[in-house]
Amino acid sequence: MKITKKENWKSPSIGNPQIKLLEKLSNTISVSGDEREIRKIIIERIEDLVDEYKIDHLGNILAIKKGKGRNRIRVMLAAHMDEVGFMVTHAEKKGLYKFEIVGGIDERNLVGKPVIVGNDQKSGVIGAKAIHLTTAQERKSPIKTSALRIDLGPANGEKIKPGTLATFATKLKRVGPSILGKAIDDRIGVATIISILENQPENVDILAAFTVQEELGLRGARVAAYSMEPDIGIALDSTPSMDMPTFDGSENTLYRTKLGQGPAVYPFDGATIADPRLLDLFTSVGDEYKIPYQLRQPAGGGTDAGSIHKQRGGIPSISISVPGRYAHSSATLVRLDDWKNTVRLVHATLSHMNKNLLTKDRR
Amino acid sequence: MDDMKTFLKEMISVSGLSGYESPIRKIIEKKWQPLTDSLTKSKLGSLHGLKQGINPGKNSIMISTHMDAIGLIVTGVKDGFIHVTSIGGVDPRVLPGQLVKVHGREDLDGVVVMPPAHCLPEDLKSGVIPTERLLVDIGYKPKDVEKLVRTGDIFSYNTEPIEFEGNYITGHSLDNRASIMAVTQTLEQLQKINHSWDVYAVASSQEEVTLGGALTSGTQIKPTFAVVVDVTFAKGPGTGAPKAFDFDKGPSFDWGPNTHHKLYNFIKDLASENDIPHQLGVYPRYSGTDANLLQLAGEGIPVMVISIPLRYMHTPVEMVQIKDIKRTSRLLTQLITDLEDNFMEEHMQWDELKSEDKE
Repeated sequence: MKITKKENWKSPSIGNPQIKLLEKLSNTISVSGDEREIRKIIIERIEDLVDEYKIDHLGNILAIKKGKGRNRIRVMLAAHMDEVGFMVTHAEKKGLYKFEIVGGIDERNLVGKPVIVGNDQKSGVIGAKAIHLTTAQERKSPIKTSALRIDLGPANGEKIKPGTLATFATKLKRVGPSILGKAIDDRIGVATIISILENQPENVDILAAFTVQEELGLRGARVAAYSMEPDIGIALDSTPSMDMPTFDGSENTLYRTKLGQGPAVYPFDGATIADPRLLDLFTSVGDEYKIPYQLRQPAGGGTDAGSIHKQRGGIPSISISVPGRYAHSSATLVRLDDWKNTVRLVHATLSHMNKNLLTKDRR
Repeated sequence: MDDMKTFLKEMISVSGLSGYESPIRKIIEKKWQPLTDSLTKSKLGSLHGLKQGINPGKNSIMISTHMDAIGLIVTGVKDGFIHVTSIGGVDPRVLPGQLVKVHGREDLDGVVVMPPAHCLPEDLKSGVIPTERLLVDIGYKPKDVEKLVRTGDIFSYNTEPIEFEGNYITGHSLDNRASIMAVTQTLEQLQKINHSWDVYAVASSQEEVTLGGALTSGTQIKPTFAVVVDVTFAKGPGTGAPKAFDFDKGPSFDWGPNTHHKLYNFIKDLASENDIPHQLGVYPRYSGTDANLLQLAGEGIPVMVISIPLRYMHTPVEMVQIKDIKRTSRLLTQLITDLEDNFMEEHMQWDELKSEDKE
């Protein structure tokens, strides 16, 4: 695809104010099924920015910001508000609570972590039996979630009701050229959409969907896309980067994405075959604008695009993600430069979109 | 504001791994300076605070509390990731996803992570990944990681102290800084009390690995007898009697071959007479504390162990009850106050010898 760089194109900047916003978003507790805390922050940020917004029956925020001029294409940008976490299922005596995992957390990541519980952000911990009291045999098996408890201290007996949600308590940190936080997945997508709305290319209508229940199977995006009825859909998420060294020094060929190599453009994942016209446009813009990007290795997994593309009569869709290591643990780690380049790539590509994009045949 | 609680929080906000106790020692030194008559460091890094009695140089009690903590040490740096092994008893199941601080050329935040299954050998693709196969990511690019971190650098846990209602606190290294708080409070209380014996408050080094700090301090100080203050297991998920103790019922007293039975009885009676709540534990072999080797220092030292119940020991979210710490310090203060010049003759003589005297 031939793209000519727009001379006057200016990228939205990602600096301290944007990182501060990401910090606030990532530190907030909003586990799938109760996204109200994060919704408050987003609405505060966008209400003066968009032409209209509403909250639908599931809790999605659906916001519209129109462009100017003719032949505008209606582009849905989706980022999920929810995060993986825990739900308290039973109050035992003396401040101990049974819980289950909400979303896909490897239970080996639970042990020995501070957590925050409920919308009033009560502090708790998930402890473990002292190593002194375990046998060598015992230490060879992971501790099951059913054997762990959220502990709010013995004086907090039965103060939390079953159904209360909790997350890891990790506060966002800058670590060298990287950032780590508990809910970078997908508050970084939320922050990306806000940056785009603040710097919207005029040739497109942006239909911004801040979705719920993505971690439970892309559920919020489904009704959001149906309601918004966009021409195309773009899911902005964080994708696992499994670019670590192998135990025997052999080449790691199953890395999915690599940190520091730019935004991940998805040809294909477990839920979506990306629309080839969108794939070509994003990569052509990346090449022409010299914005680093990488193609995510086709493999399992899914983003909101998996739901969006199957709504109505079909909505051409693609996913663009910030690569992140250790997703769904207490700390997801991303490179700040990858985020900057994600915002640049999405913004530049949007500025080249119009209705003609979809008149061409799919590959 | 509770000055002692603030001190405890300060202590559990710094590192001080076995053999690398400097950061914690500096904090204790500052606190003990005005409370002691002399303050010295041993060759292995223990801190000795002497609070003189009114009969200096005669009898002395050593209160030994280790200040070192468990953690990780760098075994190598490759491809931007740090390989580690543990210092002291660290359950590898506690490590994945743990936030840590690496003390390299500068202090750096990092996270301990499990490599994905495809990067691991066949038998480790699921299940527990041993510490030596875990990696630490400090967020820097590979070439910078190599400049910042090298083999032998140490890691500490990075959890912040959290206070819970009902006077509970969690954080890392409460084993054994809870006990340091108890001793420090006793030193404060002693400022207004006349006591006959010299008091050596010892913040010992290297307990979690070799017990070498307390052993050498005991050998050097040659106390008349010693009391070790450490933590023991509190009841909690998967942890019950008889090895674990209740919160909020005071410290527990250790009975067994490692503790001097006369001293045990004296302290137990003292606690009862003064209405200080306490619990009793039995240890059929030797203690897992400084007492183990302290008993064997020099010609042998009579030792007693007083333990503060602590939940989730050796995890970054250890939990203690502040009242249990304060009860421990009240008991120590009472003990020191009650020590008379003839204490050893009156209370510590072997029964067999006493009966011989009578004949």
